[in-house]
Amino acid sequence: MAKVRGAVVVDKEGCKGCALCVEACPEDVLALNKDVNSRGYHYSYMENPEACIGCANCGVVCPDTCITIYRVKV
Amino acid sequence: MDIKEIIKPENLVYSKSKVQIDTITHYCPGCTHGVVHKLISELIDEMGIQEKTVGVAPVGCAVFAYNYIDIDWQEAAHGRAPAVATGIVRLNPDKFVFAYQGDGDLASIGAGEIIHACNRGENILVVFINNGIYGMTGGQMAPTTIENMVTSTTPCGRDHERNGYPLKMTDLVAQLPGTSYVTRQSAQTAASVRKCKRALKKGIQNVLDKKGTSFVEVVSTCNSGWKLTPVQANKWMEENMFPYYPLGDMKDSEKGEPVSNN
Repeated sequence: MAKVRGAVVVDKEGCKGCALCVEACPEDVLALNKDVNSRGYHYSYMENPEACIGCANCGVVCPDTCITIYRVKV
Repeated sequence: MDIKEIIKPENLVYSKSKVQIDTITHYCPGCTHGVVHKLISELIDEMGIQEKTVGVAPVGCAVFAYNYIDIDWQEAAHGRAPAVATGIVRLNPDKFVFAYQGDGDLASIGAGEIIHACNRGENILVVFINNGIYGMTGGQMAPTTIENMVTSTTPCGRDHERNGYPLKMTDLVAQLPGTSYVTRQSAQTAASVRKCKRALKKGIQNVLDKKGTSFVEVVSTCNSGWKLTPVQANKWMEENMFPYYPLGDMKDSEKGEPVSNN
């Protein structure tokens, strides 16, 4: 079976740290960063990038549309 | 494989729509307005109707929608979005016109306008964001506030003896002969967002086919008004709002049929 690898790019400044993407991720890839962006929000980032399958669930639920998703078959 | 090898333009599967303006919204973190704005932008982009779309913005949190979606907009007085949309679509029958309203706007001060616009079967799409509260003005009770829900004007919870019963606008307009497609959706999980997008697409298509009024309610959260985190607000909505506002299509027929399907 072909393995699928994905990658998530979060627009750090656009993220408001609502954590809906963290909740939506089926592979527990995303988490909220301990650091904050310039507006004081704990932005989302890939804590566990190896597990990402590029399902796009995080991007679909993001209310601020700050997530871009890439996917490749390996 | 390194992450940098995956992040290439040819591997792109999901990104912001071109119709959505690249700016930071004023909405609170986790607000459902952002999701619905995104879905509308994506559909306008996919269906290639950016040039012929006119949105009518409400009074409420979505009053600044014109800053976020790159189409023609008209701002309406409180609750009057369906009346303004009627005027626009009657003068420009080839345009795709939609009214975007919240529950404080549509279900209280605009209740008359929406009932009559739907009854006349105006060729518009109405997007109804129902979060059961007046979010913009500080979380007061709205007509759609469910029973026992605590708001800033009902600190002991909504009591039907004192405050009346929650108003199910979608069920009401489904009874009117002018409507063609009436549905209630939500946007809290990836599956429900995708389902909501299909419903909005059907609503837009019905308007383009001149079938009559399409009405899409999105049961939403107002986490700042409900005093919950975005994740808790979604759970609260699933547990408390969905039993009173069950999701699904209420009506899917041609204009002129008097009774809803259910």
